[in-house]
Amino acid sequence: MSLDKNTVRNIAHLARIEVPDDELEHLACELSKIIDFVEQLSEVNTDGVPPMTSVADLSLPQREDAVKDGGYQDKVLANAPEADEGFFLVPKVVE
Amino acid sequence: MSKLTNLTIAQARDGLAKGDFSATELAQAHLGAIDKARGLNAYITETPELALAQAAASDKRRQAGNVGALEGIPLAIKDLFCTEGVRTTAASHILDGFTPPYESTVTANLKRAGAVFLGKANLDEFAMGSSNETSYYGGVENPWKRKGSDAKLVPGGSSGGSAAAVAARLALGATGTDTGGSIRQPAAFCGIVGIKPTYGRCSRWGIVAFASSLDQAGPMTRTVRDSAIMLGAMCGHDPKDSTSAPMPVPDFEKALTGDIRGLKVGIPREYRPEGLSPEIAKLWDQGIDWLKAAGATPVDISLPHTKYALATYYIVAPAEASSNLARYDGVRFGLRVPGKTLDEQYAKTRGEGFGKEVRRRILIGTYVLSAGYYDAYYAKAQKLRTLIARDFAEAFKAVDVILTPTAPSAAFAAGEKTDDPIAMYLNDVFTVPTSLAGLPGISVPAGLNAEGLPLGLQLIGRPFDEETVLKVAEVMEQAAGFTALPAGVEG
Repeated sequence: MSLDKNTVRNIAHLARIEVPDDELEHLACELSKIIDFVEQLSEVNTDGVPPMTSVADLSLPQREDAVKDGGYQDKVLANAPEADEGFFLVPKVVE
Repeated sequence: MSKLTNLTIAQARDGLAKGDFSATELAQAHLGAIDKARGLNAYITETPELALAQAAASDKRRQAGNVGALEGIPLAIKDLFCTEGVRTTAASHILDGFTPPYESTVTANLKRAGAVFLGKANLDEFAMGSSNETSYYGGVENPWKRKGSDAKLVPGGSSGGSAAAVAARLALGATGTDTGGSIRQPAAFCGIVGIKPTYGRCSRWGIVAFASSLDQAGPMTRTVRDSAIMLGAMCGHDPKDSTSAPMPVPDFEKALTGDIRGLKVGIPREYRPEGLSPEIAKLWDQGIDWLKAAGATPVDISLPHTKYALATYYIVAPAEASSNLARYDGVRFGLRVPGKTLDEQYAKTRGEGFGKEVRRRILIGTYVLSAGYYDAYYAKAQKLRTLIARDFAEAFKAVDVILTPTAPSAAFAAGEKTDDPIAMYLNDVFTVPTSLAGLPGISVPAGLNAEGLPLGLQLIGRPFDEETVLKVAEVMEQAAGFTALPAGVEG
């Protein structure tokens, strides 16, 4: 199975990664090689095999649904490229 | 007295206890060594002031009779662990300027045990790589050299800076993380010990995430005993990580009894593929003989789905990575490349901020999770993962521990494999199955190849049975008597 330029352009869009047009061809070729490599799994019969969902064989712990932490807006915003009035700033998203 | 930088953690612990030297002197000796070995590029961020302040505080604690398990021991911290007030990069451009306002659980545990932090060790970007060449901050040089050659060799990856720092005597130990071999393979390439504990042993809280169902932290040290000491200080249940195991931490050092009589050691036939380097095969046979001589019994076993592990890994790990790395959006932290719209800002920030290997893996992950392909790739891989874990569970009904090589080769030259992702991925062929099954695995330096480079052997254990793994590893370490030193390190 090989990926063409358009597929790669589409995946890159889904992943929100800008890829220059002149890199698409090469990238399509590289990704196709990787997909070809993982394709070998199709030869294994996995009928009736449950997918692994927990590595450690532990059940997820439950806790009380209560607020026990928080209240440090300054720390949360400390690394923001742009922040103002206690908010993260982004380009305008509504007209 | 030998040089302070040549001590093991256990020796340094004894020397500090006896008052032969102070934590401050020990930290100064290491800072001096780091100064002289900057060419290796083992550290991304050095923290000499922090180290000296921590060492002085440690000396004071000792005077007050308050001594932790790693009191005054200088360590390197892989730059994937968030450290409060100290820049954390994950070796990526996209985390430019990020200084965590919190401390990861593992590093907080180490601090509580009295450790001194020398700096943040270099790694592959977001821990994605097997040679440390994908770091935005440049590759790390392996302190080992081929006999009669000055060619720069890679330290392995992704914990390459950690491995190089420990091998070159720039730290007594280091933290690493292992997703598919990132502790064990660089440990083997640099002639040191590295253990990936059972998934769930160490808290992942505050470690920059790569593939959450695989990531585990562990120690990298020069001896098995040192790994036992450091692992005990790193792990423990943490409610902040829902996959952290609510289990007591054993005294790992006590497990090093030297007595492995009657233990059954599994030798998986699938780890001897056609084309396995004769040097690696010979070393493996030697390892079997060592354990036999110590009273253990080798048992031939089969792990039939081994050949599918790498392909399974290269679906599961990129899928999880593509999801985890969605958080790098240029809004809350790190790099921002402005765009006219929010979508354009995301795409430009991520286009510029991620390196080529990280981009490749996010795209693969996005593809295998996308509509129409999920069942064919991701769901299929999760089923294969069940089969691979079952292979091990079946084998461990008959054996106590499994012995394999750590990596298919010794350290290779920089640039040798960067053009071919698949060739690079093959480095992890012997370590990935353990990761997929969540089992503990250790690499122990076992000998040198014909070119004078270190080779490692791997021991794999049952879930949460690091004690047997460490016990057998120490016996093998004693038998191997590995005393060779990398270039430029004096005994």
